[in-house]
Amino acid sequence: MTAPLLEVDDLHVRFPVAGTGLTGRGKRLLHAVNGVSFSLAKGECLSIVGESGCGKSTAALSIMGLQEPTEGEIRFRGRPMTGPSAPTRMERAKAVQIVFQDPYASLNPRQTVWRSLADPLRLHGITAKSESADRIAALMRSVGLTPEQAGRFPHEFSGGQRQRIGIARALILEPEIVVLDEPVSALDVSIRAQIINLLLDLQDQFGLSYLMISHDLSVVEHMSDRVMVMYFGQLVETGSWQQIFASPAHPYTRRLIAAIPDPAHFGRISAEPFIDAPNMFAPPAASDLTEIAPGHFIRRTALEGAARA
Amino acid sequence: MTEPLLDVRDLVLDVPHGRGSLPILNRVSFQIHPGEAYGLVGESGSGKSVTSLAIMGLLKKPLRVSGGRIGFQGRDLLTLPKREMRKLRGDRIAMIFQEPMTALNPLATVGRQIAEMFMLHQGKSRAEAAPLAVAALESVKVPNADRRARSYPHEMSGGLRQRVMIAMALACNPDLLIADEPTTALDVTVQAEVLRLIKDLCAERGTAVLFISHDLGVIASVCQRVGVMYAGCLVEENETAALFETPRHDYTRGLLGALPRLGSRAAQGRQRLIDIDSIIADRSRLTETRFITPRREETP
Repeated sequence: MTAPLLEVDDLHVRFPVAGTGLTGRGKRLLHAVNGVSFSLAKGECLSIVGESGCGKSTAALSIMGLQEPTEGEIRFRGRPMTGPSAPTRMERAKAVQIVFQDPYASLNPRQTVWRSLADPLRLHGITAKSESADRIAALMRSVGLTPEQAGRFPHEFSGGQRQRIGIARALILEPEIVVLDEPVSALDVSIRAQIINLLLDLQDQFGLSYLMISHDLSVVEHMSDRVMVMYFGQLVETGSWQQIFASPAHPYTRRLIAAIPDPAHFGRISAEPFIDAPNMFAPPAASDLTEIAPGHFIRRTALEGAARA
Repeated sequence: MTEPLLDVRDLVLDVPHGRGSLPILNRVSFQIHPGEAYGLVGESGSGKSVTSLAIMGLLKKPLRVSGGRIGFQGRDLLTLPKREMRKLRGDRIAMIFQEPMTALNPLATVGRQIAEMFMLHQGKSRAEAAPLAVAALESVKVPNADRRARSYPHEMSGGLRQRVMIAMALACNPDLLIADEPTTALDVTVQAEVLRLIKDLCAERGTAVLFISHDLGVIASVCQRVGVMYAGCLVEENETAALFETPRHDYTRGLLGALPRLGSRAAQGRQRLIDIDSIIADRSRLTETRFITPRREETP
């Protein structure tokens, strides 16, 4: 058992939300991420699934250092990423990088791809022209483009090519962890397959660890080693992809899986009934995850609810 | 042999370009029968949305129809005077768009917007239309319809707004509902509810549906027949089950193989997804072959 690369321990992120009226009286705290703990091992693909507003992106932003956690600790190779001994942004950039959903919105339209790739290298002390040229050329080939294409601007590429550039940009500093924020949901079906294949190839080639955020469960099943299901700021179920997809235990997980329109089931739509949404402003109910099979955890309140039903 | 409700024949759309023109739709033909749900699937730019706009008579310049006909209840929509078309639109043919927030008027309550349908098409007064609007909201299972009718679009979630759109579209019991990517902006569980609603309501009322989506899974769960569009051409058409089980066109095969299927990893391990460009040597030749399987007459 290798030591985890990234450990997240009881992560909380709360946002103050102004109340009503001109004075904003009755300010409340929105519990966006509510006591989330997990670890990510080297070479693993861990996915966070859940619907909009469940806190999955906020959790990822905390790991990126773009959102200060209200409480909790994030450690990279045992070293805290938050608090007074936190690494600087420069150090963090070599550990964790992100691939965004919309590659066009995340690339500078006025910079050539070359500059988008060369600037991080220069900032991190790789100033020799030949070295940065070699690294950019090698990376462009790794993501399925030609080194010559680096001279172009983002608008000269198709959506799929732009996402390849987004991936190259994330990998240029050779990070160990790559956060994939809905990496293929903005792409057309045929391009999607190419990018998924590429991400899996790169993971093999460079031994990358992925933390993937997605609401597309068929992509999650295809790519992940482990899956975490988030619901209103809390983890409700975590397990290996086999456990989550073959024997989902939490009603919300079952509801998510049942909702996927599947070409193999013609004419079937299962819309399972709503589960009462927890109040995002209320402090968390103290409940822990319970292990129901090796590595397969489920939130206890749900178990009790299921037992009562 | 029943008459088709919608009969699109050899529809050609193009954009003037220099002295010539750029083709947008290349002789697209399909029929939708009363009460049938027909799906058009394709990637961005394949022409599925302009097809629906052509049917609605909502094409904007420089797009123009340069051939074919769109028969609807025995009339050709392409030659129909604007006045007549306006009467038809919303009344006999209704449409749901992808982004309900941009399709709804932000300055009017949703109840009022639904009520307008009854006032415009059925000559009801505002007082008569108001309770009808509430009933329409109830029919799309909006909780507290009475109170919700007085809400503005921004006060509602994406799923609720899409329900309002459906209520509005189905208000006058149209014969044909065009749904253009109605659930793309929604979460999966909300998507399932909205799809269920469209399917059940249309089946109940005998409304035919033209369902447009890039998501093969969504199309499969709603439609009886599917047409696959590529580069302005309908390249394959078949009953949904047959199309998914035995796709005949290279492009359809590519699309289906490009999709990770739920459960396939558990069954056969992780298979590499099909890269559509690796099985298709020359994309420009894709539209040369078409596999259109005629609709089977229902045999009771």
